[in-house]
Amino acid sequence: MTDMDSDPGTVSGASRAPESEAYEAFRAQLIGAGLLVGTGVDGLYGKSARYESVVGALDGLITKTMVDQPAEELAFPPVMARWVFDKTDYLKSFPDLMGSIHTFRGTDRQHAELISRATSGGDWPACLVPAEVVLCSATCHPVYPLCTGTLPEGGRRFEVNGYCFRCEPSIDPVRMQAFRMHEYVYVGDPETAQKHRDSGLERGMDLLGRLGLAVEAVPANDPFFGRLGTMLAANQRDEALKMEIVTPVCSTERPTAIMSANCHRDHFGTPFEIRDASGGTAHSACVAFGVDRVTLALLRNHGLDPSGWPSSVRELLWQ
Amino acid sequence: MPVADHAGTDTEIRRVLSEHARLPVEVGSLDENADLFQAGMTSHASVNVMLALEEAFDVEFPETMLRKATFESVGAIRSAIAELTEIAV
Repeated sequence: MTDMDSDPGTVSGASRAPESEAYEAFRAQLIGAGLLVGTGVDGLYGKSARYESVVGALDGLITKTMVDQPAEELAFPPVMARWVFDKTDYLKSFPDLMGSIHTFRGTDRQHAELISRATSGGDWPACLVPAEVVLCSATCHPVYPLCTGTLPEGGRRFEVNGYCFRCEPSIDPVRMQAFRMHEYVYVGDPETAQKHRDSGLERGMDLLGRLGLAVEAVPANDPFFGRLGTMLAANQRDEALKMEIVTPVCSTERPTAIMSANCHRDHFGTPFEIRDASGGTAHSACVAFGVDRVTLALLRNHGLDPSGWPSSVRELLWQ
Repeated sequence: MPVADHAGTDTEIRRVLSEHARLPVEVGSLDENADLFQAGMTSHASVNVMLALEEAFDVEFPETMLRKATFESVGAIRSAIAELTEIAV
């Protein structure tokens, strides 16, 4: 989410978390029930129509409940422009989670080398060069370049829905490498940006609670990379600009972030040269639902067959 | 505490801040105890400041110093660098 970039405690495939058995058991249940289809890669799944029916209902409910003011509704591809990605500063925070798209632009001779390496199990990706796109780092990122210049009075609001990528293969089915974020974004003056985050957090808590999930709002704990990350993480905790809503899915000790509410201040306004109506550098805020994570939390809490879910939850989703 | 070194260090710190802190105010106008974050330095800008200070003073901040308080004012930065270089500046 923009960084629901929200990821409490990364679970690497190498180290066995105490919750490993619970993750594996839940994943096996989801695959056994035909909700998810494995692909041979941790964190990458196909989804059944039953699973998607929950996702669709959730998306509708989020729009109805969260989007309280007229917003421009947009959907972007799961890839985004590299120059936009560069401006988001994502590389500084999460270089190990990003995905860059590369392709082949060589000669016939180099093509032969590519085939030869691929056939022999060699390092064929070394023959590739970067394309002008990267995998989408957060659903709201492609929105900011649309705002370059001076915003109208009252700023702009966007509702964006799309796939994001995080390179973090995990046996925890809730931690997918490719997943959907449904975001409600505000770009405009500082005061309204802060309000957008605060009111979004409140409405999100209420909505997820009514869906029967035990939720709690906590300061975000993003897995920033390396030494720079140590400092960014400390600052994130101090500033409490980004909050996450967490719920127990496979573990009560390590609940999962399913939504985030993030006030970016001028983090995007400055690089994308966005000014609010008064001429100051624009601030932005986003409220982001990890729709796949919410779906899995519901399946975990209410059972693998949505037709048997509590009537209050079913009415909310499908009335 | 040699006065000349002190002044030189401050000048260098303020140069780094003016290039990397992205403050909406003149760095020269700030008191040495003025809170840089209050003055508008963002979290990401403070990381750039940290990297530039490491290069300018040829030091490496240890993990324990990678927190907001280390970089919150010109004075705090000077103390941190003094600690790392073990020279009274």
